[in-house]
Amino acid sequence: MAAGSTYTPIATTTLGSNQSSVTFNSFSGYTDLVLIFNGTITTGDDSWGVQFNSDTGSNYSSTALYGDGSSAGSNRTSSSTKASTSYSGTANSTTIINFQNYANSTTYKTALVRNNGGGFVSARVVLWRSTSAITSIVASPNTYQFATGSTFTLYGIAAA
Amino acid sequence: MANTYTLIASSTVGSGGAANIEFTSIPATYTDLLIKISARQGADNAFDLTFNDSTTSYSTLRLQGDGSAVASNNAGGVTSAIRSIGIENTNNTANTFGNTEVYIPNYASSNYKSVNVDGVNESNGTEIYMNLLAGLWSNTSAINKIKIAANAGSLVEYSSAYLYGIKNS
Repeated sequence: MAAGSTYTPIATTTLGSNQSSVTFNSFSGYTDLVLIFNGTITTGDDSWGVQFNSDTGSNYSSTALYGDGSSAGSNRTSSSTKASTSYSGTANSTTIINFQNYANSTTYKTALVRNNGGGFVSARVVLWRSTSAITSIVASPNTYQFATGSTFTLYGIAAA
Repeated sequence: MANTYTLIASSTVGSGGAANIEFTSIPATYTDLLIKISARQGADNAFDLTFNDSTTSYSTLRLQGDGSAVASNNAGGVTSAIRSIGIENTNNTANTFGNTEVYIPNYASSNYKSVNVDGVNESNGTEIYMNLLAGLWSNTSAINKIKIAANAGSLVEYSSAYLYGIKNS
């Protein structure tokens, strides 16, 4: 894999306290984005996801393939107010989200997700039904909070 | 110019094969680690991933498809390693090598280590798997050594692994 400007760290944060949400913005000039989460959720297992451009409308959907160590399944959410990406708990978990072609103003936006956490391993695809370029990303748990010490890093991938 | 991905080390198995590939003296100067593996071994698709010569406190969750069904298991509850899948074996078509990518975020932290492993071994035959795997090493030590060990026989000649360090700044 080539080193250099193709894959650039944009922003990183290590939570100094429990947080209900984490926001990224100011990431223009790339083709794709990659968000790496490594951390825990306060209190217990919880789903979490992302919203774009402060859109809290029912414009998100998500389809998951998952396993819990004994059985596998698939589920989906539709017309949701958040793109469900992950399931995490009080044990250390990881999520990697690839946002493809996030800055175009023609197509609805999709992202591919790999998540380990809360006793599940999963792969997901999420959709935001908007043609707007993504200018901000807010990650938030549904019920609890991201716990102290959790880390988020956003990388930009430039095609040229 | 950011230099996000840095090749730390690589290893290619030579003539006669090898029981494992090891990366030692991994510096703690990166944020995450990424390993790209291309490998083939004896009559099993599984391989063991261990850190710092530890053989305790691992757990594995697998989600796998074999071309006809999707299933999930915990690798038999093995705790001596993250028992991964993604290596071709001698029952597979000759000359095919499996591909696996291992992502280890915050490998130098004092948290337990959550590990992503995505592996495939397509060979136009039977014993074909696509695996998404969640691994956990419940140990607070920084990872400074990684062993990729064949679970059956030896890794054959030309099996390879590349270890990259990823910096977030």
